[in-house]
Amino acid sequence: MNQSANQGFPLLKVEHLTMRFGGLTAIDDLSFSAAQTDITAIIGPNGAGKTTVFNCLTGFYKPSEGMISLTHPDRTRFLLERMDDFRICSKARVARTFQNIRLFAGMTLLENLLVAQHNQLMKASGFTIGALLGLVSYQPHEKQAIELARHWLDKIGLVERADDHAADLPYGDQRRLEIARAMCTDPLMLCLDEPAAGLNPKESDQLNRLLLDIRREEQIAILLIEHDMSVVMEISDHVIVIDYGRKISSGTASYVRNDKKVIAAYLGVENEEGQGAEVKP
Amino acid sequence: MTAAFSKKQKAVVKGAIISSLMAATMAFLLSIFMLGLRTKSAAGALVLEPRFTLVAGITVLVFSGRLLLHLFWWNKKALSSHSFKQPGWFEQLASSKKIGWFGQLALAQKLKGLGKHGGTIMIALCFILPLLLFFFNLKLGTGLPLRYWFDIATLILTYIMLGWGLNIVVGLAGLLDLGYVAFYAIGAYSYALLAQHFGLSFWLCLPLAGLLAATWGVILGFPVLRLRGDYLAIVTLAFGEIIRIILLNWYQFTGGPDGLSGVPRPSFFGLPFKRYGDQTFHIFFGLDYSSLHRILFLYYIILLLALLTNFVTHKMRRLPIGRAWEALREDETACRSLGINTVNTKLTAFATGAMFGGFAGSFFATRQGFISPESFTFIESAIILAIVVLGGMGSQIGVVIASVVMIGGFELLRNMEGLKYVFGQEFDPSLYRMILFGFAMVAIMVWKPRGLISARLPTIFLKTETAVSPSPQNKGDAQ
Repeated sequence: MNQSANQGFPLLKVEHLTMRFGGLTAIDDLSFSAAQTDITAIIGPNGAGKTTVFNCLTGFYKPSEGMISLTHPDRTRFLLERMDDFRICSKARVARTFQNIRLFAGMTLLENLLVAQHNQLMKASGFTIGALLGLVSYQPHEKQAIELARHWLDKIGLVERADDHAADLPYGDQRRLEIARAMCTDPLMLCLDEPAAGLNPKESDQLNRLLLDIRREEQIAILLIEHDMSVVMEISDHVIVIDYGRKISSGTASYVRNDKKVIAAYLGVENEEGQGAEVKP
Repeated sequence: MTAAFSKKQKAVVKGAIISSLMAATMAFLLSIFMLGLRTKSAAGALVLEPRFTLVAGITVLVFSGRLLLHLFWWNKKALSSHSFKQPGWFEQLASSKKIGWFGQLALAQKLKGLGKHGGTIMIALCFILPLLLFFFNLKLGTGLPLRYWFDIATLILTYIMLGWGLNIVVGLAGLLDLGYVAFYAIGAYSYALLAQHFGLSFWLCLPLAGLLAATWGVILGFPVLRLRGDYLAIVTLAFGEIIRIILLNWYQFTGGPDGLSGVPRPSFFGLPFKRYGDQTFHIFFGLDYSSLHRILFLYYIILLLALLTNFVTHKMRRLPIGRAWEALREDETACRSLGINTVNTKLTAFATGAMFGGFAGSFFATRQGFISPESFTFIESAIILAIVVLGGMGSQIGVVIASVVMIGGFELLRNMEGLKYVFGQEFDPSLYRMILFGFAMVAIMVWKPRGLISARLPTIFLKTETAVSPSPQNKGDAQ
């Protein structure tokens, strides 16, 4: 649609973000931005602070310092560091998934996707009282919600299993269901915490196509943390590398891959005393 | 015979004997003090009466019981496969028991045969039951103690309603509430006090009592709902006790331990159930006066109140709020990440549950005509919670079954006259209700850890409507 108008438009701007846990500085003066309709990857070794960045963005942690601003296409600006976690999703339209999958295991796939549309449906049901007393017609809204759920189930190829428990799905399907659930909240930015973790090459390929599809059709920004280099290199427009809470490199995938600092962070550097290369596994 | 035993079987038998001996020793050590000695007041002094035969009996019972379990239940495969060309009947019995009683065929699945009409049939039965009993007495001359039966039915229905109310909080929203009886008390005292001071009628006070209980639910909930699991349980437990102690000590307002008496009875559209008066129920309908009218009326009130609770819960489960409650039970963090205001969602669950508790409380007050803090002790909360847990958290029909079995069972114990011939005249079976209750609890937790009815019916379907049996994955693992 108006892709050209919004291309490169900085949706998310993180400035001087710092997060301290007691004496430990998990994120140290990190600044970056993510453009709308871009896929931005945050990579880094274990314990570099990637998930902490996500938790700050989505309100699960309150950052010690710094500003996180999200500007909608209509120029409304939200300061995420001041908002409650659930408002970041409902008002600022940021959705996320979790490193360890957090589905509603005992509920069906369809129910999982309907819970994600809670706020719209709640309004449609007259905050329960309206629907209980029969003052509002809730059914059409529910039908709409089911249609949206069906659309996403179709996208992840799980329509057939709509009425099964989420816990009964294989691991890869659970991952994709979690993404579908996040998408049902109608986000402008989707934060994915290691979406390819534990997926086999085929599933990881499916995931790539799903993410590219989402970007193309929904015109939203995707921010992802990833270890799996095949995902990062293939689909991300922009890669940010962090180590010990600091940004050490950023740019296109091919650029960071050849950056000496990045290679050093991942593989270790030659010891200063010159005792040979120390290679981390 | 011994030659027929294989090495493995010998080991099994040896293990069984050792384990049984250990269990017997344990039973002996436990029972020697608790059962072996009995204090008896004789001639102004307290004397100890030894009962060593009892101890010996218990020990032998434990030993043989455990040995039998080892040989014929736990290890029956290892022992029966080879030399014990074992009776097929035993295997059959064992396996049929497994399927029929405790196995995967949950009661829900069986009830499914009755289809959707099962619930309707049960409700209809509840409505015509009293008339049926009347009919039996009048036409067939069975001479059933009607008043007693109606009283028990009313009592069971009260617990069903309380169970359904608590089911919203514990079963759906997953908030462990150990002080539910507080809302029951608030409802009861609200009605009694409003009626006493302002002369309001039962039908006006009923919604007010519900509203007040819900308000207290919110007042309690607001500061404590950010707590999780065990911490929430402790605070709600304390809340229940605080309410009871306030009722006990605020003498000027609540009458303290004396309670409130003379709580007005409900009227039938303004017609009181009195023997004398101008416009009373029996005169208006041209009937002879009978105290049963009022009892029957109370039965129908609680039946309707309970059905209202069920209906509202049933409706709410299919609305977004109900789904949010269940999602909250499954994973609170995920709920927040999806933009659900978890505090509000928990508060609505708490308030809705409290409201039904309040309704039940004001019904209790009008039925008894007298209330005191005695009726609202922790044990009530525990019984209601037990009904919900035993029935299967979140299952409406499970609550019904558990209430009927527990409350009806307690009553049944009172009437087990036959047991007196077995255990002697002094034996009072109702004294053993708590121990039986404990056994029932342990048994359910061993065989059906998720309660009697653990199948959950999804709230919405894309295609076909089927009950989804519980997945093997434990809820706790989601963390």
